[in-house]
Amino acid sequence: MQYAVLIYEKPEASDRLSLEEQQAVSDEYMAIHEDPRVVEGARLQPVEMTTTVRMQGGETLITDGPFADTKEVFGGYYLLEADDLDAAIEIAERIPAARLGGAIEIRPLMYRHP
Amino acid sequence: MIEQVFRDEWGRVVASLVSFLGDFDLAEDVAQEAFVLAVERWPRDGMPANPGAWLVTTARNRALDRLRRERTLVAKTRLLEVPVPEVEVGRSTVPDEQLELIFMCCHPALATEAQVALTLRALGGLTTEEIASTFLVPPETMKRRLSRAKAKIKTAGIPFRVPPEHLLARRLSAVLAIVYLVFNQGYGGRIDLSAEAIRLGRLLCRLMPGEPEVHGLLALMLCHDARRRARFADADLVLLEDQDRSLWDAAQIAEGRAALDRSLALLGRGPYVLQGAIASLQIEQPIDWAHVAALYGELARRTRSPVVELNRAVAVAQAGSPQAALDIVERLELDDYPYLHSTRAELLRRLGRAEEARAAYRRALELTRNEPERRFLQRRLNER
Repeated sequence: MQYAVLIYEKPEASDRLSLEEQQAVSDEYMAIHEDPRVVEGARLQPVEMTTTVRMQGGETLITDGPFADTKEVFGGYYLLEADDLDAAIEIAERIPAARLGGAIEIRPLMYRHP
Repeated sequence: MIEQVFRDEWGRVVASLVSFLGDFDLAEDVAQEAFVLAVERWPRDGMPANPGAWLVTTARNRALDRLRRERTLVAKTRLLEVPVPEVEVGRSTVPDEQLELIFMCCHPALATEAQVALTLRALGGLTTEEIASTFLVPPETMKRRLSRAKAKIKTAGIPFRVPPEHLLARRLSAVLAIVYLVFNQGYGGRIDLSAEAIRLGRLLCRLMPGEPEVHGLLALMLCHDARRRARFADADLVLLEDQDRSLWDAAQIAEGRAALDRSLALLGRGPYVLQGAIASLQIEQPIDWAHVAALYGELARRTRSPVVELNRAVAVAQAGSPQAALDIVERLELDDYPYLHSTRAELLRRLGRAEEARAAYRRALELTRNEPERRFLQRRLNER
C-alpha cells in the first residue's frame, strides 16, 4: 500500500530548541528519508512563504498566507510504500513533529505513485 | 437450536471468510447468504455433521461464484490462485481466525464507536438493527457507520492479523477496553450487552490463554455480573452490603474466580487483573476491605485515575477509617462526577456532619441522570 504521511508542525516548537537540538531533529528527518519504505519526501519553506489561490466567479483571488489559520501548519510529507497501516504508523511515530506539539496524518493514496 | 448454532458459529465463519477473501463486506454478505440457506435447508435435510464447516464452505462457494461473475477474480482476492479446498474443515483443523478479526475490528485507527459496532456485528453476530438500538440511532445511521468503518479498514490498510510482539500489549489493552466498554453499556437495553461482552471475554481467553489481562477482564466481568440480580430490588438500587446473596449467580462466581486464579498464576498484575481481584474480594464474606483498599492503591498508581482513587476512598472508609477516606475524597478534582458527591455525602453522614452531608447529596442529585440512583439519593436526603 502507498501512504502519504502529512506532517503538521507547531512552528514555534523548533524556535525553542537549541542549535544542536535543531540539528538533531533535522538528522532524524534525514534518517527517516533513508528508510527503504520512503519513496520520496519533501520539507516545505515556512508557512509565511505561502500564497493561496482561489477562483471566485471566474476571477482569480490571490492572497498572502495559508487558506486556514491553524496552530499547526503543514510542513512537509513523506510518500511511503508500506505493508499496512501499522507499518505506516510506526514510521509516523518516529517523525519529530509528532512529539514537538504537532501531528501526523496518514492518508492512503488513491492511485499508485510510479 | 439453529439459532444457537448461528450465534456460536457466526464469528468463526465471518473470520474465516475475511481471512480467505481479504474483504470484510463480501465476507459478511456471503456469510449472511449461507446462514439464510441454512435456515431453508437444515430443517428439511437435517443439520450437517459439522455446521460451521458447512457454513464456511457454502459461503466461500457463494463468494467465488460472485467473484467469477464479476470477472475480477485476481484483483479482488488474495488466495484465489490457489485451488479452493473443498474438504470439510473441522473445528480443530483450521486455525481460529477470530483473533485476527478482533484485532482488526478494535484497531485504534477506527472511531471507538465504530470499533464497538464492528465487534458486535462481526464477532457477536448482532444485526445492524440490534446494534443501532443499543446506540439509540436509526438503523440507517448505524448501517452507514458500519460501511464507513469497513471502507476504512480496506482503504487505509488496517491489517487482519494479531499484532507483532512489540505492539501486542498496547493493542491487546485496546481490545480489552472495547470488550469492557460493551460490558458497561450492558444494563438496561433491549440487547443483553453484558452477556455479549462475557461471551467475547471467554472467546479471548480461549484464543489467548497465556495473557493474564484477558483472564483478569473475564474475572472482573463475571464477578460483577454475578451480582446483577441482587443489585436492584423493584428497580431500586441495593448497596453491596445489603444485597441478598442468595440471588448471586454461584456458577458465574466460580467461573470468575477460576479465571482470576489463572491470571494470577500467569503472574498478572495489570489493571484488569487488579480489578478482577477487587471484584472477587467484594464477593467474599466478610469483605477484606483493607486488602481491597491496597489493590485500589496499586491500581491508582498504575492508572493515575481519580475515579480509582475515589473507589480507594470507599474501601478505606469500609475498612474503618471514614476520616482518612474523606481526606482522599477532598483532594480529588472530580467536581462534575456525581459519585464524588454521593461518596462524600455518605462519608460526611458517617462522621456525623449531617448538614454538609445533605448539601453533598443535593449536589449528587443534581448531577445524576440514572433513575434508580436518583431515588436512592432522594431516600438518603429524606432520612431524618
